[in-house]
Parts: sequence; structure tokens; C-alpha cells
Amino acid sequence: MAGWTRHKGQAVALPIDNIDTDQLIPARFMSTPRSEGYGRFLLHDQDAARAALDAAPGASILIAGRNFGSGSSREAAVYALADAGFRAVIAPSFGDIFAGNAVNNGLCPARVEDIAPLLRALETGDKAEIDLEAQIVTLGDTAVPFDIAPVWKTKLINGWDDIDMTRAYDTQIAAFAAARPHWTQPKTEPRAGSGADT
Amino acid sequence: MSTLLDKLWDRHEVLRREDGTSLLWVDRHLVHEGSHHAFAKLAERGLPVARPDLTFGVADHYAPTRRGVAQDPRIADMIDRLSANCARHGVPLFGLEDRRQGIVHVIGPEQGLTLPGLLINCGDSHTSTHGAFGALAFGIGATEVAHVLATQTVWQTRPRAMRITVDGTLGPAVTAKDIALNWIAQLGADGARGHAVEYAGSAVRSLSMEGRMTLCNLSIEGGARFGMVAPDAVTFDYVKGRPYAPDGAEWDRALADWAALASDPDAVFDREVHFDAGQIAPTVTWGTSPEQALPIGATIPDPARLPEGKAEAARAALDYMGLTPGRPLEGTPVDQVFLGSCTNARIEDLRAAAAVLAGRQARVPGMVSPGSMLVKRQAEDEGLDRIFTAAGLEWVASGCSMCVGMNGDLVAPGKRCASSTNRNFRGRQGQGARTHLMSPAMVAAAAVTGTLTDVRPLLQGRAA
Repeated sequence: MAGWTRHKGQAVALPIDNIDTDQLIPARFMSTPRSEGYGRFLLHDQDAARAALDAAPGASILIAGRNFGSGSSREAAVYALADAGFRAVIAPSFGDIFAGNAVNNGLCPARVEDIAPLLRALETGDKAEIDLEAQIVTLGDTAVPFDIAPVWKTKLINGWDDIDMTRAYDTQIAAFAAARPHWTQPKTEPRAGSGADT
Repeated sequence: MSTLLDKLWDRHEVLRREDGTSLLWVDRHLVHEGSHHAFAKLAERGLPVARPDLTFGVADHYAPTRRGVAQDPRIADMIDRLSANCARHGVPLFGLEDRRQGIVHVIGPEQGLTLPGLLINCGDSHTSTHGAFGALAFGIGATEVAHVLATQTVWQTRPRAMRITVDGTLGPAVTAKDIALNWIAQLGADGARGHAVEYAGSAVRSLSMEGRMTLCNLSIEGGARFGMVAPDAVTFDYVKGRPYAPDGAEWDRALADWAALASDPDAVFDREVHFDAGQIAPTVTWGTSPEQALPIGATIPDPARLPEGKAEAARAALDYMGLTPGRPLEGTPVDQVFLGSCTNARIEDLRAAAAVLAGRQARVPGMVSPGSMLVKRQAEDEGLDRIFTAAGLEWVASGCSMCVGMNGDLVAPGKRCASSTNRNFRGRQGQGARTHLMSPAMVAAAAVTGTLTDVRPLLQGRAA
């Protein structure tokens, strides 16, 4: 995954609370291999939201309401946004799992408590810029600071790959694994019997 | 002065980076059909599964509930892909032919794979269910699933600690589901965002393991990735003798380790919230977010009377749900019922629904999908299946089924479903489907009357 520090693009707003991951991508599309692209599934069944997105083709910065991406852990919700060209979502809050998934795919979850100034600015123009280093989103003449966990910011900027990074700690992991209490291992020959609730 | 969260975290922390992120050891990794993205990432790199002995495959999200009936090939393919990935990497699989198959969050505990003090990951947000045992259990995305497969570890920043204390006694037919819907309605669907929730208090202690699992399961609907209950005698009784659980001297060692798994009396939480169990009524959702829930005796809210910020969401939700403000919730006609899911399809849930349905007819069609095939068999041994089928409901095999609709069990557009599941999101049970969340007993009551109904009068003179 390539890192980035600045992104210039077009903004679009869906100022609705609780846009959950079931809305972002309906479950029926999730058996599709990623290589086929997920962009066309984004908000597929949400006609009003879809129309707003279609009116801003090429938009790459989404301004949304509270608790964006709540619900399921389906990373496909992030794939749909990323494959539709989005690089950042600006919202007052995000689902915890969604936000982590977003960062793992180079999509910036930028927290802005009050999106009203951005929505006002969007009435006069949609040219926007995200400065990840400075944590500022600019829309026309309006510049608003945003919050992001420092860890996530660093990860987005560096485009870190977790698996490669973790493998540098192989020795420590092996030592930790060897020290786990034996009872934590599942029995290799599980007892026969019902195992059913009683 | 540590919280349960701190203790569990410290027991699994391999290392902590300077930026505060921890690398955590994963004791159990449960993978379902949705893991195909993660296995594909592994294949791209040519990496093996680091610890197939700690990884378990489960067919549930796409599992057909009418076994033997020809499946949509795209759905069947998802199960085949899981089987192939598990076989390739030597990962044990609870597949469709396995008598122990079922929903991952039901069979983990049922098989004794879920134990107090473990760290449990699964690519599913309802992994918080396993926290009911005093485990550190949380849902992860596909990139993280690939990471756990490759390294048996996960990077995570310690969440803030929150305690929800529910004291007092629950009224008749008031359940863990109602505790959960109630706190989410009070605090919001993001009320616990960024926090790990520990549930405490006499009402929580009084819950069975099934109830505690329901409570922890729904943590994510209030924004918390983690839910947990400190283990106690109820927990140990449930775990003891389970197929994969430790036994003999190992059991004694485990018990000794588990004894410390409680928040210290002087532990400080970042946030504390208290509820009175006696004030909680059977609760039903009316909107498209779990926070849009009310006691069954309430009226459907009027957006004009709601605070700004909630009004617009309520208006949109009522429009989607086809409901009229100001009308009583009770008496709203439903088209069908669904009893199932990782939230409420354990034996106790089926018993509660059967207690309402016994000797009665359902006025609307419905489906009952047990949480596992072993729960199904146990229910059949107890005669519960005959109560459901005599009432006119369909008794089917186990899987995620109509909670998420991936296997083709869908609610048709515009249809209203009384459901024991976890999400009333738009389109969750099918495009245009209207979902009302409630406890299994309340689902049974809705079946009996064909409307949203307070179950309590239906239980008068019956053993609940």
C-alpha cells in the first residue's frame, strides 16, 4: 500500500448519521473477488445517497454524519469506498472496526466534530484538500482541523504493511508463544460427547 | 487497581511500540466463509497459516438452512472456498456435514474453544460475544484476519475502559436482549465507541451464560468492539467438560489462572454508567439503528418532538419502516418472524420462545434457525421443534440465515419482520426489509398475535 501525506480532490457530502456497513455494501455482493472491483457496490441500495454520489463523479473526499461505518467488520465496505475513488471520509465519529479497516487500505478516517462549516463551504465549491501531516482539511476558504489517532496517521503516511513489520518481531513472538500456559491450547483430541448446552 | 481489560490485555501483550500500539498474541482465531479475502492475501504472498492448531474454520454465514435443497452456485462456492482454504492450510473445519456445525459465536463456547482469559479473534463484529467468558474477544477486518493467519498476532491500541453496571432484578420476560437494547437506546449506537465495555452488577451476575453472551454480543451495536463479563462459577460450570476445554490437572491450573480475572475493587474506569434492572421493559426497535429502541408500551416517536440532530434521522427511519408517529408500537402488524442468529439462538432462547408458543398458533409465517446443529438436536430432544412446527413455524438447520441474508434467507422488500437478531439496518435482512429487533419471547409473542406485542400477558399462568 502506498503512503500519502496530501490529497487534493473533489468533496461530496452525505450528511446522514449512522451510515452503517450494510448500507455501504449490501451483503449479497461480498462473495465477489476483490480483483473485480467493489466501487459499483458502494451504497448500492441507498437511492438518495447513491444519487448524491452520482452527482459528483470523481469525488474522492466524503463528508458524512456521526457513526459512519458502524456495524459489521466487513472490510468490503472500505473496498467499496476505495474502489470508488475515495481517499478520505470526514465525519464526527466512525465505527471502531471500520476506521481500522480504512487505515489498512489507505483510506483516511478524519474526525471533525462539527461538519456544518464544511457543508456550508461545499455550497460554493467542492475543491478540497486533506493535509494529513498538519491534520487540516480545506474546502474553498474554509480550513478545519481534524483528529486521527497518531498511529493511524503514521501508518497512512508510511503506507506500512503490517505483516512485514510484524515479522521483524518473529523471535519475540516465538518466545511469547512458548510461554503461554498449556491450558490455553485447545485439546488436540477433543472429548467425545455432546458438547451441547444443558 | 487494574480493570479486567488491563489484566487480559497484559496477559496477551507480546510487545508495545513507542506509539502505544500493542502486538497481542491470539489464542483462538475463528474463520468463516468471509475469510476468502484474507486467504487470498496470504496466497499472494505465498505465506502459510502460522498456527493452524489455533485456527478453526466454521461454515455459517452462507450455510443453507434447508439442507439438501439445491443452492445458488455462488453461495455454495463460498462454502467450498472455505473448505478448500482450511484443507490447504490444515485448519480444522466445522463444515456443513459436521454434526457440531453452527454459528461461530455459538459453537466456539459450545465446544469449549472459548475459555476465560483467552484472546479470541474472528472476522466478524459479533466476536464480542466470547467476552461473556472473561475473554478478550473482538472482531477484525480482512487485512487483520490475514495478519493473524500469518503471524498469530494482532496490532491493537488499548481501548478505554467502560463499565456498565446493571443492578436489581429483571422483571418477568425481561432478558439480556432488553438490557442491551435499553443501554444502546440511552447511550446511542456510538455510545461506547473507543471503549471496551465490562458488564457488572447483580442483574448481570444473575444471567446465565446464554444471557451474558447475548449481552456481550450486542456491545458492538452500542459502538464497543469489546464486551466482557468477569468469569465466575456460572462460567466455570458452563465450560467444564466441554470437548476442547482443559481437564484434569490442566483444568485446575486454568481455574487458578481464571481466579484473578476480575477488575480490582479500586480499579478506575474511564467511564461508568449505571442502570436499574427493575426499570427495563421488553424493548423493541422502531427504526433503522439499534439506538432507535423503546419499551413495547411506548408510542412511535414524533420526529417533530425529538431534539435537533435526532429528528431528521427519525423521519428517515420512520419513512423506511413505514410507521406513523404517535401510534402505539404495540399492535403494529408484522408479516413474518425470525428466531435465530448469534445473538439469540441458543437453547435458552428457544425454550423462552417455545414457552410462549406452546399450544398456540402463529398468525404469520416464520423461521426458527437454532444457533448450532447441537442446539437443534437438544431442542428436538426437549420437544421444542414440535412446538414450533405445530404453531406453523418452519424449523430449519443452523447458520446466520435471515440475520444477514447471505445464504438467500431474505425478508422481501417492504415486509416487516419481528426478529431476534442484532441489526435493524436498512436492507440488512434483504433489500427494503423492515426489521424490528426484540428478544426471542417477544418474537414468539409477535408470531402469536401477528403484531408487535407485549409478551408478558401471554405468559400469565405459564412457566417462563
